[in-house]
Amino acid sequence: MPVTDVAKDIDNRTITVTSEFAAPVERVWQIWEDPRQLERWWGPPTHPATFTEHELRPGARVKYHMTGPDGEVYPGYWDITEVEKPHRLGYDDGFADADGNPQESAPVGSSAVELVATDGGTRMVMTATYPTSEDLQKVLDMGMEEGITQAVNQVDGLLAA
Amino acid sequence: MTSDEDRRADAFFHALADTTRRDILRRVLAGEHSVSALAEHYPMSFAAVQKHVAVLERAGLLSKRRSGREQLASGEVEAIRSVTALLRELEDVWRGRIGRIEELLADTEPGTDTEKET
Repeated sequence: MPVTDVAKDIDNRTITVTSEFAAPVERVWQIWEDPRQLERWWGPPTHPATFTEHELRPGARVKYHMTGPDGEVYPGYWDITEVEKPHRLGYDDGFADADGNPQESAPVGSSAVELVATDGGTRMVMTATYPTSEDLQKVLDMGMEEGITQAVNQVDGLLAA
Repeated sequence: MTSDEDRRADAFFHALADTTRRDILRRVLAGEHSVSALAEHYPMSFAAVQKHVAVLERAGLLSKRRSGREQLASGEVEAIRSVTALLRELEDVWRGRIGRIEELLADTEPGTDTEKET
C-alpha cells in the first residue's frame, strides 16, 4: 500500500496523509506540476477534474472544476502560497462560481505537500487543514464523494451504539 | 439502545431505503434546493417528491424553510456529519487519489525519459 500513515487532528480539523512512491522526487513533482497528469488523479472516476488555469507560482491562482455523472460542474480554485520545486507546494482551497471566479467566502482550507527523497523513491506528506467543519464538508461535497457515504457511516454509528 | 435511538435508527433506515430519497439527500447535502427544482429530476409528481422530502425531514436528514412561495430544502449536515466522519471521508478521498497517483507513476508515458523502469 502506498499510504503508510494517516493522522487526524479532530480539534484542528487537520488530516495528514503520508504515502511512499517508487519514483524519484522529480517524477512525483510532475504529477502536481503538469495539469494533464493532475487531472488523471485529482478527481475520482465519477467526478473527473479539469484544470483550466494552472501555474505553480506563489500568488498564482489555479482554476479547475470537477464534473459529475449528470454533468454537474463543481468549480474551484487554489491560491498558491508556497512553491519550492520539487519539494514543497502550499495552496489555499476555495470555491468558484460558474465563471471560475472565487465565491465571496474566503478560501476554505490550506494544504501543504512535501516530497522527500527516500531509499526507494519518494515520501509524500500531504497536510490539509480546514478552519471549520462546514468548510471541511464543503470540500467533500465538491463531487469527491457521494453525500450518501456519510449517511451510511452514520447508520454504522447507530449500529455500533 | 434506548427506544429513542431505536426510533432514530428506524427513521434513518426507512429514509435511506429508497433510491429517490438517497438521490434527494445527495443533492441537498451539496446545497440548498427548492422542492420544485428537486422534483424536476424525477419522473414522478411534485406531490410524490414532496412526500419523499417529508420522510427525509422526519428522519432529521433534511430541513426545510420557506422563501416566498418556494420551499427550500437543505441537508442536515450536522445531523449526518461529525468532524470525525468528515475526516474519515477526506481520508478516503486521499486514499483514492494516492491509489491513482501510483497507477499514473507506474504507467510510463511514451516519449518521456524513463531512467527507472520498475
